[in-house]
Amino acid sequence: MDAIAAASTTAPRARPRRTSVAPWLGLLPFLLYVTIFLVWPTLSVVSGAFRSEDGGFTLERVRALTDETALRALRQSLYLSFSSAALGAVLGALLAYLIVTAPPNSLMRRTVTAVCGVLAQFGGVTLAFAWLATLGFNGLLTNLFADVLGTSGTGSTWLYELPGLILVYTYFQIPLMVIVFMPALEGLRPQWREAAVNLGASTFQYWIKVALPLLRPAFLGSALLLFANAFAAYATAAALISQGSFITPLLIRTSLTSEVVLGQKGLGFALALQMVVVVAIVMTAYALMLRRTARWLR
Amino acid sequence: MVTLAAMSAAAALTACGPPSDSGDDNSSSGGGTDAKTATSVDDFGGMDALVKAAQKEGTLNVIALPPDWANYGAIIDAFSKKYGIKVQSDQPDAASQDEINAADQLKGTDRAPDVFDLGQSVALANTDKYAPYKVATFDDIPDQFKDPDGTWVNDYGGYMSVGYDSDKVPDVAALDALLGPDFKGKVALNGDPTQAGAAFSGVVMASIANGGSADDIAPGVDYFKKLKDAGNFLPVDPTAATIESGQTPVVIDWDYLNAAETAKLPSWKVVVPEGAVVAGYYFQAINNDAPHPAAARLWEEYLYSDEGQNLWLAGGARPVRADAMVAAGTIDQSKYDALPTVTGTPVIPTNEQTEKMAAYLAANWAKAVG
Repeated sequence: MDAIAAASTTAPRARPRRTSVAPWLGLLPFLLYVTIFLVWPTLSVVSGAFRSEDGGFTLERVRALTDETALRALRQSLYLSFSSAALGAVLGALLAYLIVTAPPNSLMRRTVTAVCGVLAQFGGVTLAFAWLATLGFNGLLTNLFADVLGTSGTGSTWLYELPGLILVYTYFQIPLMVIVFMPALEGLRPQWREAAVNLGASTFQYWIKVALPLLRPAFLGSALLLFANAFAAYATAAALISQGSFITPLLIRTSLTSEVVLGQKGLGFALALQMVVVVAIVMTAYALMLRRTARWLR
Repeated sequence: MVTLAAMSAAAALTACGPPSDSGDDNSSSGGGTDAKTATSVDDFGGMDALVKAAQKEGTLNVIALPPDWANYGAIIDAFSKKYGIKVQSDQPDAASQDEINAADQLKGTDRAPDVFDLGQSVALANTDKYAPYKVATFDDIPDQFKDPDGTWVNDYGGYMSVGYDSDKVPDVAALDALLGPDFKGKVALNGDPTQAGAAFSGVVMASIANGGSADDIAPGVDYFKKLKDAGNFLPVDPTAATIESGQTPVVIDWDYLNAAETAKLPSWKVVVPEGAVVAGYYFQAINNDAPHPAAARLWEEYLYSDEGQNLWLAGGARPVRADAMVAAGTIDQSKYDALPTVTGTPVIPTNEQTEKMAAYLAANWAKAVG
């Protein structure tokens, strides 16, 4: 009792000071990490994009972004990100709805949620090779189709081009959509539906007038996240695509490692800056959407 | 960020390594300091002293030497066995520019590459990074294949060729044949020509076969566009595995890389197309910041010895001392006779021509095949 009493008398003075410092101390490793691996590289990209070979200020590197090769890569990158995000968002939202309508503790729901958690992170070289082994030349399905349907076993190269990338990216976009969109679906309270029905709404009217407007910001926000996810992805494309470097991340690789076209480091910086800008715009829009969604999910 | 990551990785790895390594580097007693500036074996006081200095360093760092490229796997083993020096082979599949990048990023650590094997454009753009050194057989090397001071020396070369699996496709005599329906989805190029030297030379070959020249690569790009439109161009990076498994039945690549596949796949044939003969030599140089300067110089001596040159030849590459060795009778004659026959004058693009063609490729390749 005495100890508690003693503590309670000293506590009011000591506590506020401790709480003001301790969280910052705890954050320190994180802040350090973010500084080294996010802030510093971003700053060096920004400064590198405007620096000439001898160290002075120049717009030449950024101007190179208007070259046809760079513009083409940007166009293809945006197209790839948009297509895979749109496909992933629609299919992922449907899947999320199916999961949410299942009983909370059903085996199906738990399994699908767990699988989505894993597959959303299943990208890169592993994913590319999984697809190559399935649909590439001499792939399992390619050979099966060739045997059963008589299609050409070697003739089609679409997997190694833009359509292939869209398909492969969609593979990790759908589960990511399920994960980020499910909380919004779970936030739809049954009471709202009951209220709508009590007021004479049909199921169709409930969806059009109540559910969809509520879900729209969350849906668009998730789609933007998917877009940024695809736009920044590198390893999957690098493992799958060996000709043409037709999306921006691959063009950056070429500018840094090419043994044929030398002195392209400046273009690499400029391209990286371009990607930072695109992702920053998308993520700002995402944050705004998230704020609107949060109003309903409280 | 890359630099930081690479350096911390290097630090972690060296920390795990045997302590004797770093001890040797720091105690730059006698041979250690001299080795960095030695320009010939005489500076060491003879071959025995060079071997001793190299053995004291104990390790040689090489980079971007694939085991199945020009027989490098066997060369590394033979060198390691002969002198008892551990060869640390990093990033075997890296490109030439990666070698220079690694040298810059690992500068000052004992993980930096000791020696380079580079494609022409990268080699000539970075000559300030090399330590001049003349191997004992320097005089055997024709003048056009070396820098007069030994800053760089061509090591081995070959001709652009078409390799094909004669069980899967009809015989190939000229590049035009590859546009036919028998080659649907079957023709691969070793890499992206805007990135890899071998693929670049492949496009040069296609250009020369189609009325272009070392000044004009456009017909080559058009050729690959036609190949792509016919559905014949395979956008797959060919490797020994894709060739053996039959995924890439036709591969455009250096003849020594293609020839190496015949050993594993007997039906694999190699042709240097008539009238489209493109030659290319690789460049050997010593990193002037080499952590193992004596071992680096011993490696060069070994590569340019009869033994080293014949090992390259055994991998299907044409060693740079071939003519002198034929005259001296020290060449492995059966291997030399087995090289693909070449008819016509070889085209070797100069550095200026390469730069001009590279700029055209950078602007047009993705459009043609992407």
